[in-house]
Amino acid sequence: MSREDYEMVIGLEVHSELSTKTKIFCSCPTEFGGEPNTHCCPVCMAMPGTLPVLNEKVVEYAIKAGLATNCKIADVSKNDRKNYFYPDLPKAYQISQYDMPLCEHGYVEIEVNGEKKKIGLTRIHIEEDAGKLNHDDYGRGSLVDLNRAGVPLIEIVSEPDLRSTEEVDLYLKKLKSILEYIEVSDCKMQEGSFRADVNVSVRKKGQKEFGTRTEMKNMNSFRSIIRAIEYEAERQIEVLEDGGKIDQETLRWDDVSGKTFPMRDKEDAKDYRYFPEPDLVTIKISEEMIQNIKNSLPEMPEKRRERYVKEFNLPEYDAKVLTQEKALSDMFEQANNICKNPKTVSNMIMTDIIGYLNFEEIEAKEIPFTAQQLGNLVLLIDKGTISSSIAKKVLQEMFENPREPQKIIEEKGWIQISDEGAIKEVVLKILEANPQSIADFKAGKDRALGFLVGQAMKETRGKANPQMLNKMFLEELKK
Amino acid sequence: MKNYIINALVKLWKRGSRLMIISKDEILHIANLADLNIKDDEIDEYAKNLQDILNFVNILNKVDTENVEESIGVVNNTNVFRKDEIKVFEDKDALLQNAPDQESNMFKIPKVI
Repeated sequence: MSREDYEMVIGLEVHSELSTKTKIFCSCPTEFGGEPNTHCCPVCMAMPGTLPVLNEKVVEYAIKAGLATNCKIADVSKNDRKNYFYPDLPKAYQISQYDMPLCEHGYVEIEVNGEKKKIGLTRIHIEEDAGKLNHDDYGRGSLVDLNRAGVPLIEIVSEPDLRSTEEVDLYLKKLKSILEYIEVSDCKMQEGSFRADVNVSVRKKGQKEFGTRTEMKNMNSFRSIIRAIEYEAERQIEVLEDGGKIDQETLRWDDVSGKTFPMRDKEDAKDYRYFPEPDLVTIKISEEMIQNIKNSLPEMPEKRRERYVKEFNLPEYDAKVLTQEKALSDMFEQANNICKNPKTVSNMIMTDIIGYLNFEEIEAKEIPFTAQQLGNLVLLIDKGTISSSIAKKVLQEMFENPREPQKIIEEKGWIQISDEGAIKEVVLKILEANPQSIADFKAGKDRALGFLVGQAMKETRGKANPQMLNKMFLEELKK
Repeated sequence: MKNYIINALVKLWKRGSRLMIISKDEILHIANLADLNIKDDEIDEYAKNLQDILNFVNILNKVDTENVEESIGVVNNTNVFRKDEIKVFEDKDALLQNAPDQESNMFKIPKVI
C-alpha cells in the first residue's frame, strides 16, 4: 500500500475575532496592541465580585456570520462555562457556548477543479479570547498581559468534509472572504484574529469509517496549516503502514522544525465540565431580529462576481479573482468609478497588485495607496501621459512610497513621449543602427518590427508612446 | 416554612435510591482537574463527603416535573445586553496592585512551558 491508497479527512475549528469596539463582557477596547494590561478592567481581569454583561453587537455579528454561511439561527441560546487552568485565563474558566450555540447546520460552498462542493458547518458559537503569555528576558518567569482577554470570538466548526489540503485552502479563503464581506471580523492572520485548530485523520480510499483523528491547535497562517496537515497525514499513514495505531491526541505544530509533537500536559484536562453560565441570562432571538440582520447583509462575493461579468463585461476569471477578497474588490470598484476602464483596472489588480502582495507576503487590506490613486494611474495611461510599462513602475513606487501617481511621474521624469518629432528622431536612429532588422522585415519576418520597437523603448527608457512607435516604424519600413 | 421544605426533602430522600457510588479513581481525577493535591488517607473522607452531597442532590431527581416547563437559568430575565461603547477603566494602578510579582506592567508568574 502506498500514500496514494489513502485519503485525508479534515475538519477545522476556525476562531475569528469579531471587530466590535469593545470586549464581549465588559466595555474595554478590543483594539490590537497597546501597552500591556491597559485595555483591561476588573471584569476581564476576573476580580472577585465582578459580573459579565453580554455585548449586543457580539450576538448580532455571530448571527450575521451564521446567516452568511447558511446556518439555522437558534431561537433560544445560552452561554456555558468551560473550566480549565491556564495562566492566560484569569477566571480559570472560559465563557463559551456548549449545547445551545447561536448558529447550527450551515455550509460554505467551494469550487474544486471547477466542481462545486458544500462544506458543512456544524455550528458557530460565541466565546471570549484568552490573554497572552510573554516570557521575560532572563527566562525566569512568564509575564501575563490580559489586553486580549475577553475579546469576542466566534468559533466556526466544520464537519469533517474536507479531503485534501487544496480543499482546506479553498475553504479557509472562502470563509475569510465571507467574514470580511459582512464586516464582522478583519481576519488579520498575523494579529491572530483568524486562526484554526485542525482535526486530521486518514483512511484507505473507499473505506466508510473514519480513522482515529489527531488535533493540532492554534495555527495562524494558511501556510503552516497546510504544512501541518501534510506532515500529520504523512505521519499517520506511516504509522498505519507499519502496523501501528493512531492515538487520539492533541498535537502542537512546530513551524521551525516542520513537525508535530504531543501536548502531554493538557491531555488529562480534556474534561472541561461545561455547565450553564450562572452570571448571564438566556438569549432569545426573535424572527424580527433575524430578519433585520438578514436585511443588513451586503452583496456577497458570488453576487458581485455575476455583476462584474454583466455590468463591466469582465471575463469570468477576472470577476472571480477580483471578488475573492473584499479589499481588492472594493478597490476595483472605486478605482473604476474614477477611470471607467474596468479591464485595465482589473489587469493591474490581478497581475501587478496581487503579484506584489504575494511576493511581499502582505494582505490586500494593507495596500498603502488608495483606490482613487489607482484610478488616477489608469487615467494617466488612458490619456497617453504614460505607457503601461511605465505604469507598472509607478505602481511599484506607490507601494513603496505612496503618493499621487501624477506627482511620481513628474518627480521621476517618466512622462511619456508622445511628441511626433521626438518619436521620429528615435525611430530613425534605431533604424540606422539596425540595417539587418530592416532587411529581415522586408524579407517578411514580422518579428523584426517587435525587436525595433523594443530597441526604441530601451533607448527612451520606456517613455516613448508604443502605439506611435509602432505606427511610425511601419511607415518608415514601408517607404 | 423552612421545616416544611426540609421535611419534604427528607421524605423524597427516603423514597430515592442512591444514585451512584464515587470511586477512588474519580476522587483522584476530580482532584487533578481542580489542581488539588490530596493524600491517600484523605481519599475516603472526600469520597464520603462528595457521596453525601450527591445523595442530597439526588433528592431532586424524585421531584415530579411532569408539567413543569424546562428552564435554562435561575432567573427568568432574557436578553440583558450592553451597548458596544468603549468605557476606559482609569484606575490602572489598582489592577496590578495585588499581583504577587510584576514586571513591565504584567503579572509575573512561574515560567510556563
